[in-house]
Amino acid sequence: MTIAAEARTTHHLPQNWLVRLLDNKSFLIFLCLLPAAALLLIFLTYPLGLGIWLAFTDTKIGRSGHFIGFENFTSLMQDRVFITSVWNTLLYTGVATVGKFALGLWLALLLNNHLPFKSLLRALILVPWIVPTVLSAIAFWWIYDPQFSIISYVLVDVLGWRTTYIDFLGEPWAARWSLIAANTWRGIPFVAISLLAGLQTISPALYEAAMLDGANAWQRFRHVTFPMLMPILAVVLTFSVLFTFTDFQLVYAITRGGPINSTHLMATLAFQRGIPGGQLGEGAAIAVAMIPFLVLATLFSYYALARRKWQQGEDND
Amino acid sequence: MASVQIADVRKAYGSTQVIHGVDIDINDGEFVILVGPSGCGKSTLLRMIAGLENISGGEIRIGPRVVNDVPPKERDIAMVFQNYALYPHMTVADNMAFSMKLRKAPKAEIDERVNKAAGILGLDKLLDRYPRQLSGGQRQRVAMGRAIVRDPQVFLFDEPLSNLDAKLRVQMRTEIKELHQRLKTTTVYVTHDQIEAMTMADKIVVMHDGIVEQMGAPLDLYDNPANLFVAAFIGSPSMNLLKGTIRANGFETEGGVIWPVGKHPADSNDRAAVLGIRPEHLMLDPSGLSAEVVVIEPMGSETQVVVRCGGQDLTCIFRERITAKPGETIKIRPDTSVTHLFDAATSKRI
Repeated sequence: MTIAAEARTTHHLPQNWLVRLLDNKSFLIFLCLLPAAALLLIFLTYPLGLGIWLAFTDTKIGRSGHFIGFENFTSLMQDRVFITSVWNTLLYTGVATVGKFALGLWLALLLNNHLPFKSLLRALILVPWIVPTVLSAIAFWWIYDPQFSIISYVLVDVLGWRTTYIDFLGEPWAARWSLIAANTWRGIPFVAISLLAGLQTISPALYEAAMLDGANAWQRFRHVTFPMLMPILAVVLTFSVLFTFTDFQLVYAITRGGPINSTHLMATLAFQRGIPGGQLGEGAAIAVAMIPFLVLATLFSYYALARRKWQQGEDND
Repeated sequence: MASVQIADVRKAYGSTQVIHGVDIDINDGEFVILVGPSGCGKSTLLRMIAGLENISGGEIRIGPRVVNDVPPKERDIAMVFQNYALYPHMTVADNMAFSMKLRKAPKAEIDERVNKAAGILGLDKLLDRYPRQLSGGQRQRVAMGRAIVRDPQVFLFDEPLSNLDAKLRVQMRTEIKELHQRLKTTTVYVTHDQIEAMTMADKIVVMHDGIVEQMGAPLDLYDNPANLFVAAFIGSPSMNLLKGTIRANGFETEGGVIWPVGKHPADSNDRAAVLGIRPEHLMLDPSGLSAEVVVIEPMGSETQVVVRCGGQDLTCIFRERITAKPGETIKIRPDTSVTHLFDAATSKRI
């Protein structure tokens, strides 16, 4: 076997400094990262840094402030409205998250069965999530209106269970529960669709094996579905908590923190104090006070996202 | 342990009938293999025994009890799935103990049974591992362990070896057979691999298009196939089948070659038929028929030769080593005591 060794012409690139530089792997990595890093610096790090800086100053709109240390935070500690907003945020996040997960998981389990018009139902489920928040807030505003509320109309005029219309947004507790209900409604689709995706990755053979092993429906859920769903459940839970904790639009559009500041969340109070109120420093301090809570939630996700022992190793099914 | 009776069982999905009245009697402690090409209904039948598919017609009995409407968990059967279906979030020990834990068996009894099963299957050192950390063969053993721990009436295997590589498959085949000889639990095993069926079964059920083509001991099926399908399906390399007509002086193929044939009914002369000759029943004979060598595949212990005779290719297996080269002519003759004749129209054995 012989191959004719033909004379090949080789083209040499001019070895100037630019070619050599671009051949350097570290430099190339730096160059490719630069646009992303610049975007992050300008639009994420700078505003965050500025916010944290403002929290330690007495800046007002139209007047640059001075560094005042922890004065904003110490005064907030005495501020009943701020303390209420912290409790409201915790209540709002806690109850709404439990509601979203209970209903979302239930919906996901239902949709995982063979139902007629399954794909249509799945599409419908997403509606609350894809509607712009302000639009659904306005709809809820009407649902909760003291005079035109459809809920009051049904309870009073149709069913006759009550004699007076409910003042959904005029009483502090009624307003809190109303907002939680609206937030839950909006959050269910995200949970349901994510968990449904998780459910569909569970092999049907596992359920058959469990059935033959003698497990009833509840035991199959408890010993097969739930543990297999845990990894995705943890991720979805973290995201849901973060979204709910930082929620602003729904509350601001429906109650603006009222009545008498009783439904303010930390996010709405920060805006209220900082922009309409003009106290930029104080508003920033409220926003900064959310960071420890968010870090906690992120830490939770870090440990939840860590691969469990049973997920490790090679998957050669 | 129990016997299993399948009587006139049918399965239909909507208007499509996939199993058309199957009758199989499985004796207590027997190892029965359902074999057939894909789509023949063998897996569906197995899943009906397990209770994972409902029965459209007929009756299945496990022991004395009709189980048509008994839910799977009350049938006292254990199944090994093709993809093993091990619970990925449980260790090997927990996988095997799961059914007993559900039954709230005492912990000492669970440990004893799990350890015993692990001992039988050589899983002692793997009890704390998760399925992902195991090789294919080890997972297969855990799946069997899970079945053994149950000590069920019947073992069901659904193509358990098809995800393993060739060498491991041969090894596991022996292990499963050995396990059955040791435990003597009634076993129904589904496979599409006729070698698995031949080597492991007490009784083979050959299925095709939702019916049973033939049922019997492996060598019975091999020696006396009831029809063309079974003749072609059982045996590797498969039987040579020649179309032609039975004459007074032998069997005349479409290519005009006259093959000597063994005993056949006297009234079958001039009948259109198919002659079946297994590769190992063709032998070299200087006074035999001339055949042109096409391919020679020496295997060491024997030699597989493809020859062309009367325009048709035939596979032969000779114990002798062949010196002929492709293109040369050799003389061959069938052992007429073991040739098979099938009716061309009905495919039935003559």
